[in-house]
Amino acid sequence: MNSAIAVKQKWQSLRFGKTELQALSKAVLIPIAGLLIFLGIWHLGAQQVDTSLGQFPGPAEVHEQWNNLLAEHTAENDREAAFYERQQARNEKKLAANPDAEVRWREFNRRPTFFDQITTSLVTVMTGFLLATAIAIPVGICIGLSNTVYRALNPIIQIFKPVSPLAWLPLVTMVVSAVYVSDDPMLAKSFITSVVTVTLCCLWPTMINTAVGVASLNQDLQNVSRVLRLGWFTHVKTIVLPSAIPMMFTGLRLSLGIAWMVLIAAEMLAQNPGLGKFVWDEFQNGSSNSLGRICVAVLMIGFIGFLLDRALLLLQSWVNWDKTAVVR
Amino acid sequence: MHNIHLELSQVGISFPTPKGPFCALQDVNLKIKQGEFVSLIGHSGCGKSTVLNIVAGLYQATTGGVILKGREVTEPGPERAVVFQNHSLLPWLSAYQNIELAVKRVFGRQKSRAEMRDWIEHNLQLVQMGHAMHKKPDEISGGMKQRVGIARALAMEPQVLLMDEPFGALDALTRAHLQDSLMDIQADLGNTVIMITHDVDEAVLLSDRIVMMSNGPAATIGEILDVDLPRPRDRLALADNVDYNHYRSAVLRFLYEKQKKVEPIGSKRDAPSTRKADAHHAA
Repeated sequence: MNSAIAVKQKWQSLRFGKTELQALSKAVLIPIAGLLIFLGIWHLGAQQVDTSLGQFPGPAEVHEQWNNLLAEHTAENDREAAFYERQQARNEKKLAANPDAEVRWREFNRRPTFFDQITTSLVTVMTGFLLATAIAIPVGICIGLSNTVYRALNPIIQIFKPVSPLAWLPLVTMVVSAVYVSDDPMLAKSFITSVVTVTLCCLWPTMINTAVGVASLNQDLQNVSRVLRLGWFTHVKTIVLPSAIPMMFTGLRLSLGIAWMVLIAAEMLAQNPGLGKFVWDEFQNGSSNSLGRICVAVLMIGFIGFLLDRALLLLQSWVNWDKTAVVR
Repeated sequence: MHNIHLELSQVGISFPTPKGPFCALQDVNLKIKQGEFVSLIGHSGCGKSTVLNIVAGLYQATTGGVILKGREVTEPGPERAVVFQNHSLLPWLSAYQNIELAVKRVFGRQKSRAEMRDWIEHNLQLVQMGHAMHKKPDEISGGMKQRVGIARALAMEPQVLLMDEPFGALDALTRAHLQDSLMDIQADLGNTVIMITHDVDEAVLLSDRIVMMSNGPAATIGEILDVDLPRPRDRLALADNVDYNHYRSAVLRFLYEKQKKVEPIGSKRDAPSTRKADAHHAA
């Protein structure tokens, strides 16, 4: 009897295993299959394209370049470590001979690697995005709350919203050069130019979506606020903001996507350090490896953009009051 | 015996529309005593909600005005707490926090933190919601949400409690239960209440007076019926009560004989309702 039950249980657990397998195949296997097909098409297609820099790189070559870039990064790290070690040894020796000797510390003049450029780009994009958010959300709230402010600002928003970063860039560069004058600049001019360009381009989606979210506040909740005679600040904090959060995040995600795209273009055109400059330099370099390295950069740009979006989604599900809401 | 607590005098309102002003209400005169329970009943679109919103201060009367305890009503305020038809709780706050928002606003300076907490909990107990006070509105049933809405209004200790079809969206059993709770609470606290309803039984059971509204446009008070039934009232005992049935048929007669709507069933060729007029008003 017992063994019969055991067999039955085992059979059931096997059946469970089967449904789990189906779920697994849906979640993992099908996307992997899609990816493999893409790689196959890429591989075959690449063989058909001959450029002046040689054959268009297929997945294998791009992978090789990825390894090269990693190796270059490690090598540069090693050089830096060695430089400081040498300097330390030299200074200690000097101090041992004469304790009053003047020791000098010099910075290592690091050649930015691919991964250094990624960091630069990320810092720039986050600065520009945060700056844009800090402007767009308060302005969006004001627009959403007041029809007068909306009417006043709407034409300006509508005109500036479609302007391409490439059009802003010359103006921003000139203005930054003229305004940001300092003998000992804390931040590089190129950094500020990139940040301002990114900010100008990614302000709008957050601003517009916040305004729409605020303006579509439920009339009943508005009445509650009026009956309670809530002050302006409490009204915004407890009633307006929570109800506008979903729309606000839709705007923020659009903005961050735009910010990332704009940044690459701006870096490319203005020779600001970052991934865009990396791509441009490789293009100018024109070695047989260049196309492969650019492909690595393209994939990396896409992947980082994806991660940035996911990060905002996580933030949204953490901030949003409605934990059951499905965010995608 | 009692002084006049709340007075509506020559209240009228018209909303601007593209075709010229639309007069929704005209010459509404009503005097309400302290502790009185008054129901407004009438066909939909007759301006019941508009009357309530004017008393609440959410709308401004075009003519006439509302006087509460000798002072004219010009804006909304917590001394005229509103229980909204669809509860209108903030979905991101728990039941407790929803009431806390109101209590802090009204008693923030007079009560200490501990006193406020006791007061919030007391009001939740009053509507039998003590067990679910930390649940969010999405996690409780429609009847429970409406209870919290009532608790929020009661917690403001309003001079007059305004209820806009408070039980309209609930099923019959829950509604009966909440009506009984409301009668108990009103017997205890002696609040002055104006309630809008569609439900004839509800009006007769709860009210001291039933104000029957004529149909719009230019709606006004048609008749006022004094309901002289002893309290406490018991819905089962009243079912066979002669007086109760007399009151009930009086209201029914007003609604379906005197103010019969002259529209075939299913037709939408209605006079513009206040809500639509309101939309124009807002635009």
